[in-house]
Formats: sequence, C-alpha cells, structure tokens
Amino acid sequence: MAEPIVHIDHLNSWYGQGKDRKQVLRDVSLDLAPGEVLGVVGESGSGKSTLAKCVLGMVTDTTGTLQVNSRRPQMVFQDPYGSLNPAKTVGWILEEPLRAAGVKDKAERRQKVADFLPLVGLEEEHLSRKPAQLSGGQRQRVAIAAALIQGSKLIVLDEPVSALDVTLQAQILRLLADLKEELGLSYLFISHDLAVVYQLCDRVAVMTAGEVVEEGNVDTLYDHPRHPYTKKLLDASLALD
Amino acid sequence: MGTHRNWYLTIGMTLTALMLIYMVVGFFWTPYVPSAISAADRGAKPSIKHLFGCDSMGRDIFSRTLEGAGTTLTIALAVLAVGAVCGLVIGALCGYYGGPVDALVMRLCDAVAAFPSVLLALVVLAVTGPGKYNVIGALGVLFIPSFARLVRGEFLKYRDRDFVQSARLMGVSDLRVIFVHILPNTWPVLLSGLAIGFNNAVLAEASMSYLGIGVNPTEPSLGYMLKDAQGVFFTLPWCTIFPAAVVILLILGVGLVGEGVRERMGVAS
Ligand SMILES: Nc1ncnc2c1ncn2[C@@H]1O[C@H](COP(=O)(O)OP(=O)(O)OP(=O)(O)O)[C@@H](O)[C@H]1O
Ligand SMILES: [Mg+2]
Repeated sequence: MAEPIVHIDHLNSWYGQGKDRKQVLRDVSLDLAPGEVLGVVGESGSGKSTLAKCVLGMVTDTTGTLQVNSRRPQMVFQDPYGSLNPAKTVGWILEEPLRAAGVKDKAERRQKVADFLPLVGLEEEHLSRKPAQLSGGQRQRVAIAAALIQGSKLIVLDEPVSALDVTLQAQILRLLADLKEELGLSYLFISHDLAVVYQLCDRVAVMTAGEVVEEGNVDTLYDHPRHPYTKKLLDASLALD
Repeated sequence: MGTHRNWYLTIGMTLTALMLIYMVVGFFWTPYVPSAISAADRGAKPSIKHLFGCDSMGRDIFSRTLEGAGTTLTIALAVLAVGAVCGLVIGALCGYYGGPVDALVMRLCDAVAAFPSVLLALVVLAVTGPGKYNVIGALGVLFIPSFARLVRGEFLKYRDRDFVQSARLMGVSDLRVIFVHILPNTWPVLLSGLAIGFNNAVLAEASMSYLGIGVNPTEPSLGYMLKDAQGVFFTLPWCTIFPAAVVILLILGVGLVGEGVRERMGVAS
C-alpha cells in the first residue's frame, strides 16, 4: 500500500486546561490513503470535528502519532454563510489563497481563478458579487473552490452538505466526487448522515464518545455491522428512509 | 419600512455637508478680517452688512464663526485621528489575541474612562499649559479607551468565525487577518463610533475653550467665542446664538449620520 496521506496512531486529545481539561479523543488510530475518501460518522459531540481540527493542526494538546503528508490541508465548513468573508467579493475571496501562497502577479491570479470557475460550476459574473448575493449552493461552491485553489491534495470536509436542502446536497456531492477524480484529492469527510457517507466514501470510521469503535470498507460495514453502536446508527437511518 | 431610516442619513449627510462647506469656506474667505475691530460697529445688530451682527468690540460675528468653525473642525478631526487610530490598533490587537495583556489594557481603559474626559484633559493641560497641540494631544489620548473598547468588541465577535479560521488555514498572516479580513466587517460599527467621537471632540474642544484653557485666544474657536459672549448674553444675544447654532447644527448633522449608519446596519444584519 502507498504511504498514507494521513497516519493517526493512538491519538489522544484534550480541550481546556487544569481541572477543566477534558479528554475528547481516545486512542484513535486511522489511516487515509492518497485518493481515498474516509468518512467519519458519529453522534453529536463524539469528537468528529475535533479529529478534523487535529488533522489541520488547529488542536495542539495531543499525544500519540499524527502524520499529515500533505502541504497545507484545507477545510470546507458546514455553513457557507459563515465560511466566506461577508465584506469581500467572490473574486477577492478566491484570489486570497493565491496571494497567501505568494502569487504576486495579479493577472496570474485572475487567470487561475478564471480557470477554476468552470471546475466548480461558477460563472465569471459571480466574481463581482458579495457572498450575500449568492444562493447557499453557490456559496458552498465558492468555499470549495477557495479550499482547492492553493492546490492542496488533502481536504477536510466537516458536514459540507448538511446545511443544504436535499437536491443541492446531491449536486454538491457529485461535484466533490468529480473534483476528487480530476484533481487527485483525498477527503476526510465528516457527517452524521449515513446515506451521504455511503454515496461518497470508500471507507468509514464510526465514532462514539471520542473513540473509533468500528472502521472498514463502506459496503462491508453497512452490510455486516459488528459494533452495536454501528447497528444502532444504521437502524436509525433506515427508520428515516 | 425603510423610509424613515433613510431620512436620518439623508438629513444628516446634507446637514454635515453644509457645515463642512461652511468650515472649509472659512479657511479661505471671510467677509471681514475676523479679528478686525470696527469702532463704529460695536454691538451692531445682525444686518445685511454684518449678517450675524458684531460683538462688543465691533468684530464681525459671521467672519469669526467662519474662522472659529474651521479651528474647531481642525481640532476635532485631529483629536479623532489620534483617538481612533490608536484605539483601532489597540482594540484590534486586544480583541484578536486576548490573554493577560488584553485584560490589563482593558482595565487601564476602564480606569481612564471612569473620569469625564474634559476633566482629565483639564488636568493634563494644567501641567502642559494651553495651546492647540496640547489640546489635541490631551483629548486625543483620552478618546483612545472608548474606541479601543468598541473595536475590541467587534474583533471578539469575528475572531472565531469560520472565515477567519479558513484564512489562517490558508496561511494568511495574523496582521493581514486582522486588518484586511476582519476590519472591513467592522466599518458600520466603527463609523457610528466615529460620528459619536467627532461630536464629543467638538463639544470637548468647545467646553475647554469656554473654560478658557483651550486653544490660543488669538485663534477664535467656537467655544472661545461663546466664552467671550458670556457677559453680553442679554444685551448682544447674537454673539452667543450664532456660534452656538453652528456647534449645534454640526453635532446634529454628524449625530444623524451616525444614527443612520447604525440603523441601516441593524437592518442588514
Ligand atoms: N473549543 C472547545 N473547548 C472545549 N470543549 C470543546 C471545544 N470544542 C468542542 N468541545 C467538546 O468536545 C467534544 C467533541 O466536540 P466535537 O465538536 O468534536 O463534536 P462533533 O462530533 O463534531 O459534534 P457535532 O456533530 O455536533 O459537530 C464535545 O463534548 C464538545 O463539547
Ligand atoms: Mg462537528
């Protein structure tokens, strides 16, 4: 097997200090291979976002091994209303990652942005708008483009479609799948929606109370869940359908 | 629904623009030399010749308000510049980074803000002596806490937003996150703060000149004119009314602009 793009071994993590210090991740071990989509599911508060933050280097109180073999992994947030700067235009928002990466030439940045627009299904005319003048789906496309434009190969997606309605969810999931193939990306995909995970992910890890209780190939896990918590999750999602 | 909030802005902007024109004109042109004494016109009533009348020494009030308004404006803007720029930098850094330094600085601001600014300025000026630059310095420093607090609050609000985190992940530097990513989102609040600050600066300058410790008496400011007119309020009321009217109209205009900006922002968010 190729060298994993994320290698996590016996990772523990804490929030807070002193007597408020609370363990949030317990002995988590996971690998994400290049080109793979690893889903992370689990109930609210089980530590999914914390795991994502660890991978992105935003949580520093950890023990264990965490190797990220990708330059500057990026994140797509759940709420496209909060993840785009309301005071700036879409054009500025998409150029900013390039500026941060040291692309000094304005024409070059513009060109790069223009090249990127069709990939995420946006038009030239959107560039001069503020985020407030876009629909939720368009906003999430901008957020995805901004995460990808620096050329990062590892993308963490924290509930990227759960703020969208069902038809938009399908569109954005398809877009994410296409982008992954086209650009050779790896995703750490966090969700509480098993149906969404089933559509996009190769493997899935089930978390509860900071621990990974089961992990495996999507089909195997869905057909033959071993851990009682996984069975409970599956039953709950079947009951909804 | 939106009609009355536009009125604040429209009236405020118009009034402010008119007052600014009035002040700017005063820099370049006055019908008479503001300090020229004309014995024949002592205490003259308002007329075509002297629109706002003359004071007890025969100086043309219209010319003096034109020049005095300019002095007041210069001082108010300079005070605002000192207070707002320093307050902005301090508030932004404190709000963004937080921590013990932030706590200490805010404690300090509380201490300064606990005293009326004019009173503190008086104390400072009692030490440094009067004069335009001392007034600007003293008032400017005293205006810092309120701005710092305002800006800090805004930065606290924004620093953990997703778009700020996303900028950090992209490798944007802290200073750029602060001044390029967050700051533009705080303009509406800052603008109404600036309007209030400007009015306070005008009033503070006027009160200090009125108390006789403001700018140099040879350079008429509106506050100084009011002080001068004290003794003749009943006999020559125009000596008080016109400079006071200029102050009031200016403050009213800027205050309405501030209110208008606040209302518009409130509706937008
Ligand atoms: N900044 C923080 N400081 C202290 N505790 C935190 C912080 N962020 C999260 N927690 C706690 O850590 C635990 C895990 O939170 P986390 O956000 O990782 O859960 P999650 O699985 O992403 O949940 P959700 O599905 O609701 O997003 C929760 O108990 C939460 O209260
Ligand atoms: Mg979460």
